[in-house]
Amino acid sequence: MSAPTRVLGQPRAGSSSRALLVAAPIAALLAVVPLVVPPYGAILLAYGLVMAIGALGFNLLLGYTGLLSFGHSAYFGVGAYSVALMVKYLRVGSMELFLLGAIVGSVIVTAVFGIVCVRYTRIFFGILTLALSQVLWSLAFKFFWVTGGTDGLRVPTPSLFGGLVTGAGDKTVFMSHAYYYYVLILFGACVALMWVIVNSPFGMALQAIRDNETRAEFVGVRIWRYRWVAFLVSGVFTGLAGALWVPLNGLTTPDIMHWTFSGELVFMTVLGGFRSFAGPVVGAIVFNYLKTYAVGYTVYWQLVLGVVLVTLVLSLPTGIVGSAEKLLARFQRSRP
Amino acid sequence: MSLLVTKDLVKWFGDTHAVDHVDFSVKPSEVLALIGSNGAGKTTLVNLISGLIRPDGGRILFRDRDVTHQSVHGRIKAGIARSFQLVNLFDQLTALDNVALTIFSREGKTTHLATFASADSAVWDEASEILRLFGLEAKARMLAGGVSQGERKLLDVAVAYALRPKLLFLDEPTSGVSTREKAPIMDTITSVVRSTGISAAIIEHDMDVVFNYSDRIVAMHQGTILADGTPDEIRRNETVITTLIGTTGAP
Ligand SMILES: Nc1ncnc2c1ncn2[C@@H]1O[C@H](COP(=O)(O)OP(=O)(O)OP(=O)(O)O)[C@@H](O)[C@H]1O
Ligand SMILES: [Mg+2]
Repeated sequence: MSAPTRVLGQPRAGSSSRALLVAAPIAALLAVVPLVVPPYGAILLAYGLVMAIGALGFNLLLGYTGLLSFGHSAYFGVGAYSVALMVKYLRVGSMELFLLGAIVGSVIVTAVFGIVCVRYTRIFFGILTLALSQVLWSLAFKFFWVTGGTDGLRVPTPSLFGGLVTGAGDKTVFMSHAYYYYVLILFGACVALMWVIVNSPFGMALQAIRDNETRAEFVGVRIWRYRWVAFLVSGVFTGLAGALWVPLNGLTTPDIMHWTFSGELVFMTVLGGFRSFAGPVVGAIVFNYLKTYAVGYTVYWQLVLGVVLVTLVLSLPTGIVGSAEKLLARFQRSRP
Repeated sequence: MSLLVTKDLVKWFGDTHAVDHVDFSVKPSEVLALIGSNGAGKTTLVNLISGLIRPDGGRILFRDRDVTHQSVHGRIKAGIARSFQLVNLFDQLTALDNVALTIFSREGKTTHLATFASADSAVWDEASEILRLFGLEAKARMLAGGVSQGERKLLDVAVAYALRPKLLFLDEPTSGVSTREKAPIMDTITSVVRSTGISAAIIEHDMDVVFNYSDRIVAMHQGTILADGTPDEIRRNETVITTLIGTTGAP
């Protein structure tokens, strides 16, 4: 008997087509949202999708490389402030230029921060990322003549697709339709790109580093370099999220650079499940709803949100997606 | 001619002379056993040669090139691979992924981040073939963290072997498995090694295994080399018998 090496040798061949099978109906569903829900609902979901991009980037480090960053607010902030500063100093109004600026800005910042951080792991890595993000936060705070200090910087409605779609007219309509679709397209592109990255040979190397740093080095993976690239990609995704977030919010303040926002990114990801690809996406969207409703219903929203989140995490230790996958597996096994 | 030579290699940990002026060598295409009681310095010697730690003195020559100050990566590229005394695997990846990743790395393909790893069928075919060589094909899809201890030991060797080394260091490949499992594991390892003509230096405590499978034996004691010879010579060596094998250890 010759061994069926072909069958053995394609462990992931099926998984991309299966992912597509899951993704297609979800994409269709997301596409009809502005047509069937009130504008406020679409805008709320747009916020969720933006956070999902940020969390997806964050999880390349946590879930795939095994590095817990407590400083991703910095890159979100860099994305947001890149846009705001382009408005203030360059009078740019094109969303594509904003995204480009945010990518350049976050590449520069993550490249430098990465050099400092990737030599460390665990708590040291976490503390370093936290400290560096707090440095940026205090800069945004102190250099008020540039950043507007606590007042922040306003960002008007941008033009989309090289000026094809402008923000003239009702802002709510623009945000809930044109901008929603813009965010959705970028979200789709980011999910697809991240899917390729984590399933690439590079993505496998990151997972190897996560599982066993020493052995990774002894199969020839130069761990600092790979961590650094992961750090860069991760930060740029989160920076992109920051850039997409500012026009929605209309304003950026130093708050988004504060470590508490890094904490929210951590929370979203753990809530959704950092062991699964879709975990941070689901977690970000759910977290966004929870937070919005908690803030809307009570002044004690932090308390309520905290209790709800702790309950969720304790009852679903592998996150929403991880638990759903387990349930699905059990269901499939119980069928003949 | 030797494949690997260490000259006057020294590593001290405080007052512990873990490796104390050691001249050690491995010849091409030989299976060498490195023996010695606990704390003799065997693992430290391998750590020095593979680049995990830096020596306090001496030189390491591999294929006549000085690799004493080379990076781990450089030594792997030159052809030195190793396994670990405590199994070191990528536990959340499948057995097949463990080997495939190693091949991707060897081929310099782990820098590719915009292609699907699954698309490279040459790599997966080779990975499957290596698992088959080590009798692990049935475990290909299992997570490395979930296979049995004996299989983990073999997978650990398979991963190092996937680097296509010229010299393979195996740190106690049969420790922690039952006596009955030792022979099959050693059979598998030595047949793969011998069929490809590479050299293997195997640290081993079990003297039956050592005498049965090796071409040459190097005995260490307290950081120095006590004896070096064929299994027959070592079997008759009084110093080795009294210091290492003792009266009960010999078969
Ligand atoms: N990182 C370290 N720091 C301090 N001492 C060390 C270190 N590594 C090894 N040693 C000491 O060096 C000596 C040699 O250790 P080594 O691990 O090389 O022995 P070994 O021959 O592999 O033993 P075993 O058969 O138990 O694996 C021991 O006394 C050990 O305690
Ligand atoms: Mg040892």
